[in-house]
Amino acid sequence: MSAVLEELKELRPSGEGTTTAASKQVDVVARPAHRAAGKREGTWVPIVLIVVALAYVAVALLLPLAAVFVEAFRKGVAHYFTSIVDPDALAAIRLTFLAAGIAVPLNLVFGVAAAWTIAKFDFKGKALLITLIDLPFAVSPVVAGLIYVLIFGLQGWLGPWLGDHDFKVIFAVPGIVLATVFVTFPFIARELIPLMQAQGRDEEEAAVVLGANGWHTLWRVTLPNVKWGLLYGVILCNARAMGEFGAVSVVSGHIRGVTNTLPLQVEILYNEYNFAAAFACASLLAFLALVTLVIKTVVEHRFLKAER
Amino acid sequence: MTIALRRPSVLPGFHLGLGTTLLYLALIVLIPLSAAFLKTFTLSLDQFVTIVTAPRVVASLKLSFGASLIAALINAIFGLLLAWVLTRYAFPGKRIIDALIDLPFALPTAVAGIALTAVYAPNGWIGEPLARLGIKVAFTPLGILVALVFIGLPFVVRTIQPVLEEMESELEEAARSLGARPLQIFVRVILPTIVPALVTGFTLAFARAVGEYGSVVFIAGNMPMVSEITPLLIISKLEQYDYAGATAIAVVMLVASFVLLLAINVLQGWMRRRNAQERKV
Repeated sequence: MSAVLEELKELRPSGEGTTTAASKQVDVVARPAHRAAGKREGTWVPIVLIVVALAYVAVALLLPLAAVFVEAFRKGVAHYFTSIVDPDALAAIRLTFLAAGIAVPLNLVFGVAAAWTIAKFDFKGKALLITLIDLPFAVSPVVAGLIYVLIFGLQGWLGPWLGDHDFKVIFAVPGIVLATVFVTFPFIARELIPLMQAQGRDEEEAAVVLGANGWHTLWRVTLPNVKWGLLYGVILCNARAMGEFGAVSVVSGHIRGVTNTLPLQVEILYNEYNFAAAFACASLLAFLALVTLVIKTVVEHRFLKAER
Repeated sequence: MTIALRRPSVLPGFHLGLGTTLLYLALIVLIPLSAAFLKTFTLSLDQFVTIVTAPRVVASLKLSFGASLIAALINAIFGLLLAWVLTRYAFPGKRIIDALIDLPFALPTAVAGIALTAVYAPNGWIGEPLARLGIKVAFTPLGILVALVFIGLPFVVRTIQPVLEEMESELEEAARSLGARPLQIFVRVILPTIVPALVTGFTLAFARAVGEYGSVVFIAGNMPMVSEITPLLIISKLEQYDYAGATAIAVVMLVASFVLLLAINVLQGWMRRRNAQERKV
């Protein structure tokens, strides 16, 4: 940055004083200069940039979103609702809610524990711990599914033992839950850690010194301070949990009505060329995505307000 | 022992918190991931090399990494443009556009996959006009690129946006008042400030694209040697019960993701230092 300042100073007519004098000078001339520059530049640059950006958003984001709903209703409203209340589709919706209903609370508890440890204490290996928490984001969903197959699958480490006890993980619901937990693992922790680090420890230390126990401090001091960040993390975690495809696909076995989540149901219907039904199920997930975006925007807004 | 490893604090819950974190991390992430590496040790080095250098595997790796690289570059350009427009200009519908940027995060990848296929198929809204020009998108490597560009966009926008928002306008105003032209200001004042964020966003988008599966499989056509991405190849090996083969390829991808994660960490450190320096200036 100082290099730029240096360059700017060179650009100035010689004989100017210190940097402070220069910046004072800038304050005085900045506004009129801005207007003059605006005229010289013309208003076309911002307009062109805005138009290109809007066109890009329309083509790259809005068009695919619109396609989901248009394709879903291609065979009419009646067909749309028949596709959604199909028993296999309903079973898929139930399983999707079940997987998210287990994965999100687990990752929530973990996220709070990890954020408390990392934000409120200084210890060796903290940077490594943060990196390890981020690890599932870097791993391909397919590889995430594969590692559970290697452990719990028929040829896996625990496969024979599980077989003896008649307990199935892979190609069954527990595998789907595990894969979902893995891919959504960092969401809540990585929202909370920077937030709680920024808020410091003073309030917690005051509470403890005044005689509150740890749980009280967490419940009454820490969590109220981070509630918007927490909600934000939960929403994103839930959206990913309900929409996960790759990891779940590897461990599911695609048994209709039993181990199909909603995204897998979409795939099966699509591969059977039952496009209208596939898009009908997909429209539910697209709707979930839109709701997620709305809540996220509202929470961000609240968040900014709370910060001010 | 632990006391030596951490600074004393009046706050309780260190052992419980660290214990919970490490136990959960080990059970869900570390032990399962190590399974992949241990499984490859059942292969001899020769076997491992034979699997990973098979023409079909090499073709898929080239495709996955090549397409991800191009997609991340496209996202760097349009992501920068969108971040710029969203932070610098006021226009109707701005808040909606801003919220929509996260659509690729929120939309399940399978839904994105079939939606993009519908749009870019030879009878789709964009696919049809392109087909008349003789350009096939869906079911070709170009389709893979379209899907990877879709999922990568928010990474770049969301990394650059906060940096642009926090940028001191004084520098720009100083440059402008001293007679710098807008393009000069952009290239010599603004760009150097956002380069760390741009590179970080690019790397995040690239890392995500390399492992992406759901949005790609529908639009790719999945022809071996032509449009078969590496994650799909792992799945097809698994479906043939070739666990060792699938794991060997997975380990190659895992190592690549670890290197990328390391790079992202270094880059984010660079970003933080740059921002801290700026505040001092």
